[in-house]
Parts: sequence; C-alpha cells; structure tokens
Amino acid sequence: MASIKVVGLETEYGIVHRGVDEPNPITASSLLINSYLARCEATGRRPATQRVSWDFEDESPSLDARGYTPVGARPPEVETHLVNAVLTNGARYYVDHAHPEMSTPEVLDARSAVLYDRAGELVVIESMEAAAELLGQGQELIAYKNNSDGKGNSYGTHENYLMSRSTPFSDIVAHATVHFVTRQIFTGAGKVGCEIPGVGSDEVPYQITQRADFFEEEVGLETTLKRPIINTRDEPHADAQLYRRLHVIVGDANMSQYSTWLKVGTTMLVLAMVEDDAFEPKLAFRAPVQALRNVSHDLSLSRPLRLYDGTSATALEIQAEIALAAERYLDKYGPDGAGGEDAYAVLDAWKEVIETLERNPEELADRLDWVAKKKLLDAYRARDGMDWGDARLRALDLQYHDMRPHRSVFQRLGVETVVDDEAAAAAATEPPNDTRAFFRGECLRRFPDAIVAANWDSMVFDTGEAPLRRVPMMEPTRGSAAHVATLLDGCETVSDLLTKLES
Amino acid sequence: MSDQEQTRPAQPADEVAEAPQPAKSDTSLADGLDDILDEIDEVLETNAEEFVKSYVQKGGQ
Repeated sequence: MASIKVVGLETEYGIVHRGVDEPNPITASSLLINSYLARCEATGRRPATQRVSWDFEDESPSLDARGYTPVGARPPEVETHLVNAVLTNGARYYVDHAHPEMSTPEVLDARSAVLYDRAGELVVIESMEAAAELLGQGQELIAYKNNSDGKGNSYGTHENYLMSRSTPFSDIVAHATVHFVTRQIFTGAGKVGCEIPGVGSDEVPYQITQRADFFEEEVGLETTLKRPIINTRDEPHADAQLYRRLHVIVGDANMSQYSTWLKVGTTMLVLAMVEDDAFEPKLAFRAPVQALRNVSHDLSLSRPLRLYDGTSATALEIQAEIALAAERYLDKYGPDGAGGEDAYAVLDAWKEVIETLERNPEELADRLDWVAKKKLLDAYRARDGMDWGDARLRALDLQYHDMRPHRSVFQRLGVETVVDDEAAAAAATEPPNDTRAFFRGECLRRFPDAIVAANWDSMVFDTGEAPLRRVPMMEPTRGSAAHVATLLDGCETVSDLLTKLES
Repeated sequence: MSDQEQTRPAQPADEVAEAPQPAKSDTSLADGLDDILDEIDEVLETNAEEFVKSYVQKGGQ
C-alpha cells in the first residue's frame, strides 16, 4: 500500500540589489532575510528568530539513493555560515548558494503545498518592503520567482516527496522520468529564448519551461551542474529504514497556483502508483534528456517522442495515458497514498487540462503560466510589431516573475488562484496542523528563547540547565496537532514539555 | 548590475516613452487585453535593454 505522501517545496529566488555600486547576491540575500527577521522582532510577532540556528547533525546531502557515491560526482556542500532562519509556520528561510531560499513546511496534499508556497511568497514580499525601509533612499532589493537569468545561469525550484523505502529505486527512475518529461506541458513557467549552447533563440524563440535547457543527465546526484532528470540525493530527513525522499529538481518556479497544484498533485498520484506497482504506461524514452528539451521547445504539443520499443507518442498522449491510469488507481486503491481527498480534485483538473490542451491551449491562459505568458507576449508583439529578439519581450518575461506587487506583470493577468490570500497570510505564521511542522512551528512560537536549533527532523532545546536537549522527529506525520496540541497547551515551560515528552 | 531608474535620472516619470513607437498592428487584441497591456506598460522597467542586460544571477541548484 502506498505510503502517506509528505510533501515540501523549495524555491530559490532570483535577487537584485539596486542602488549600490557592486551588488553582491549573497549579501543581498542575507539582507533580504535579515530585514524580515528584524521586522518580525520589532513588531513582536516573532515568526522567526536569528538566534535559532539550523541543526546540521543529520544533514548528509551527498548520500546517493543508488547506494554509492559515484567517482567524480560533486555532492552539494552544506553552508553553515549564512543566514538560516526557521519560521513559526515551520518553514526554513535561508541563503542557499547566492539566492534567498524558502522551503515550505511539510504538508500532506497538493493544495496545502500551494498554500504554503503562496505564504512563502508573502514572506518574500514583506521582506522586500522591510528591506526598503531599512536600507533607505535609493536602495532596493527585488526578488524574482523564476529559474533563469536568460544568460545560462539557473537556480532551482525543488519538490520533495516522502516515499516508502521498500519501493525499488529503479521503478521510481523508470516511471517518474516519463511523468517529469511530459508533465512540462502544464507545469512550465514559459521562457523567451533558449539557453542550450549552440541553439539560437531564432530556433527556439519561446519555450514551455524555464529549466529544461539545463538538464544533461538522466539520473545523478548533482544539482548545480550536469543536472539530472532524476536526482538521487538520499537524505530522507526521516527514518531511513522506512522512507526515502524523492528530491525533484526538474520543475519550474510557477507564479500560477494552478500550475503548482497540478505539478504536485499529479506527481503524488504518479508516485503512489509506482509504490503500488500500478503505473500502467509501460514505456521509456529513447533519449530522455532530448525528450525533455523537445517537449519544452514544442509549442504545438504535437512532436512525437521516440520510445524505446521503436514507436513514438506525444507528451500530450502520454499524459492522457497517465491520467487514465491515475483514475483507475484511485478507483481501486483510494486516495490515501496520493494526497487524500484533494487527489480527486487534482484528477478532474488534470483531465480537463489535457482535454483543453488537445483542443486549444490558449483557453488555459487563465490557468497555466506558459500559456498566460505567451498570450501576453503575443499581444505585445501584435500591438507594437516586435519581433522575438526585442529586449522588451525578455524584460516582460523577467517581470512576469517580479515579486513586487506594484511591478508584477503576473498579478495583472487575472490568472485563477487555488488558495485565497487571507488563508495564505495566516499560513505565513501558522504551521500546517497535520505534520511534524506543527510541533516545530508551535515550539518556536511558544518557546522562542529556549530553542537553540531546529531541523526538519529535530529540535534542540535549552532549558537553562546543561546539557542541551535534542528532540528527534523522525516520523514526519507525528507531531501534528492531533498528537501534540493538547500536550503543548498543558506546558508552561520547555522543561514541562520535555518532561511530558519523556513520560 | 546597475539600477535602471538610476541610470536614466532625466526621465524617471515616464515609463514607456523611451520605447520606439512602431505603427500599430492591424491585429486586434482580445477583449480587455488592450487595457491590460496599457496597465502593464505603466509598470514595466523604463529601459528594457539595460534591465535585461543587468539581470545576471549566480547559478544555484
């Protein structure tokens, strides 16, 4: 039986610092996050504190799901010296490489993933406002929720799915690859031009995704170069005997909540099918990396992809097949391993999107990023007679992802939302109630001065008496409100809490 | 990375005037889209070329 899917999203934002002579992106990212933390402290909200550091004890990003570390692979290094905050909603907000990154708290369905992704956007927006106040006249920090600077530099948006350790990794590789290559037709955020060396923007003036150009391998441990379609980082942040975490690096940063919802929801369904050995489309691509790019570059959605058995199929045809299998799966197994009741809504939306893409993709300009962006660019081209090389089209592309509400192009397009902003604003400070993020966030809210460090799977408390006390949280579905809300309500101090946890 | 608003201090208020104004196309846009484009014109960076050129990021994950 498929395991409960615990899900989290990570977004590295593009960052621009205006009004300084030699902007440094690491400094800018730190300033952005510190501005937010300072505002929280100043307003007494304490959704986070700089004093809470990240507990790196169990971090081992170089472990490989294939059971070995390939010679020559360059595993990511953990940076401990940069800003690293944990928020009362259970999220982690920190500087990763040269970008501000928001990692959402753990949630159990795609709709909640969207809610906390939007909550993260609201935190970033407030961070920019706080920075403008702190930095003063002439300086501004601007965050962009995209994945490319248009010059060959990419930064990621990752999805994380907790899966059963008993599922053979080779099954995940085989089937998830089929989904990741073809789901681009509704997950793409759209991009002007092409960043594959040797491929001119005259050949690919506009493409479906931001990220496809940057993938060079089918399977691997890397995340910053030679990026693989299936990333093998084996670091479950949970009991490694029971679970693995599938770390998905091949998606785009979506402005459209609808795209994020489908991206996460359909992937939960696919992974549940893989766990239950019910993923019916038994197919493989001849050349997965080439297929990934071909799908992204084919705005007509009609290009056949070569399959291993000598036949071919389009991404749209394959998606229709996967959605059909998902429908049969839900009938037979129910939604427990695929996000619960939300899975039914995801399936309906998925089928509708596929049918609409078959009929007329333009009808999805109110739901999908790449279609909305293309419609806008086409309208500009028509109105002002621009050709695809016009810098104004590239500027529009970048500004589609501008997080400043008064400058955001996306905000002006009237794209459908999945969650309302009032709920997202609450989620910026309140944790989800159905995972261990509840315990993490509530402890931070209740006992901010007694927490020395936090991590996905642990908290370190200082009761005022030596030694420090580390509380492991190796089961992501425990520590929910149902488990600990009453217990927390009965605790005046951290010492009370630790005593009760031990009893 | 330079600041667009800073590099063109002489014309800070007018967001769109710098762009050349080609003849209007015959293509008529969908209902409402004209208004949206007008609204977007108001928020676009003043110097598209400079903005695009200066948007350089370090590679991440």
